[in-house]
Amino acid sequence: MTTITLAEPPRVLHALRLADTTLVLGHRLSEWTGQAPMLEEELALANMGLDLIGQARALYTHAAALDGQGRTEDDLAYFRDAPQYRNLLLAEQPNGDFAQTMLRQFLYAAFALPFWNAMAASADAVLAAIAAKAEKEMAYHQRHSAAWVVRLGDGTAESHARLRAALDALWPFTGEMFEVDEAERGLIAQGIAIDPAALRPAWEASIARVFAEATLPLPAAGRWMQSGGHHGRHGEHLGHLLAVMQSLPRAYPDARW
Amino acid sequence: MSGLAPAGDTLRAAALAAAATVPDPEIPSLSIADLGVLRDARLAEDGAVEVDITPTYSGCPAMAMIAFEVEAALLRAGLPRPRVRTVLAPAWTTDWMTGEAREKLRQAGIAPPPPGAGRAALLGLAPDPACPRCASADTERLSEFGTTACKSLWRCRACREPFDHFKCI
Repeated sequence: MTTITLAEPPRVLHALRLADTTLVLGHRLSEWTGQAPMLEEELALANMGLDLIGQARALYTHAAALDGQGRTEDDLAYFRDAPQYRNLLLAEQPNGDFAQTMLRQFLYAAFALPFWNAMAASADAVLAAIAAKAEKEMAYHQRHSAAWVVRLGDGTAESHARLRAALDALWPFTGEMFEVDEAERGLIAQGIAIDPAALRPAWEASIARVFAEATLPLPAAGRWMQSGGHHGRHGEHLGHLLAVMQSLPRAYPDARW
Repeated sequence: MSGLAPAGDTLRAAALAAAATVPDPEIPSLSIADLGVLRDARLAEDGAVEVDITPTYSGCPAMAMIAFEVEAALLRAGLPRPRVRTVLAPAWTTDWMTGEAREKLRQAGIAPPPPGAGRAALLGLAPDPACPRCASADTERLSEFGTTACKSLWRCRACREPFDHFKCI
């Protein structure tokens, strides 16, 4: 039986945080399959999910190599429980309605685009290679989700109200993206990780520009933020997500892609 | 000195030639060489003939199929012990697509990416594609995402036909 300790070495922890966020968000998007409001969005949601799961596979493979204990990407994705997951809480938030899904995607993509752009210069050549691909993909996610935020926010009274409700639900999960802990500070000094706090001005500028066009009020600065995903403290939603996502390999541990 | 090329070079050329016959599973009118997915080949130290392929998008579901087809193509060409390696760097770009590949795409009803669009496309500044059927420039985008991860969905205002556009990355 695979066991994974809670105190991973910093480089493994860092790679797992990135992998877990992309996998969990990618899985959330896959939950829309067969249920999107129209065919074009069915394709868009599936494609965005596929991009994220593809990024996750490369990141898990790298995490497994750094870990050096002979584990595979599947071991890391399917045989860890919620307290061992290191994803951002934003990624695990439920899809809600289409407005909530698109706003969640926009809040993440507006961060991930400058994040992967900076990570493409990482001293870790594998992370840099993954980042160079991910950046290109996130440019499309950002544009697509921003277009929907504008359309829904500046749309009907109903679409505006739904987007406002989504903003109230999701905003407290945005602060976590910019947090840095001791484990990552060392990696930043080595040029392996980047300081996400440095990305905040670019993220805030994207948010302000799109919210203005969407006639959406910008939440006041300094509001209380949720935290804990990077340390394995999750809400109740992640366990349910993992129960579905992991059920097949746990029932049939020898199953292969 | 023999005039013969070293065995490694001959094997490399044979491996590349065999792998270049593999069609893209999603766009069979194009080979993986046309697309720039086929990157390199070599004789590995353990005697295996190693072929490098790179995904267009991180989550491209065709990669497993392509790897399988490359192995089969090498075996058919009489190259024992083929091995396929997926490489991520340098990141694939539509700029690697040959002129011939762009024309084949257009003939398959897919608007090709303009050459050399580079980072302009990432910022949403690439020019609108012309209709692959009637060549009209009067087209509109329906969605950033099309039938596969590498395509977006468009419509021609002149002939009213919807079409796929191979996205620039």
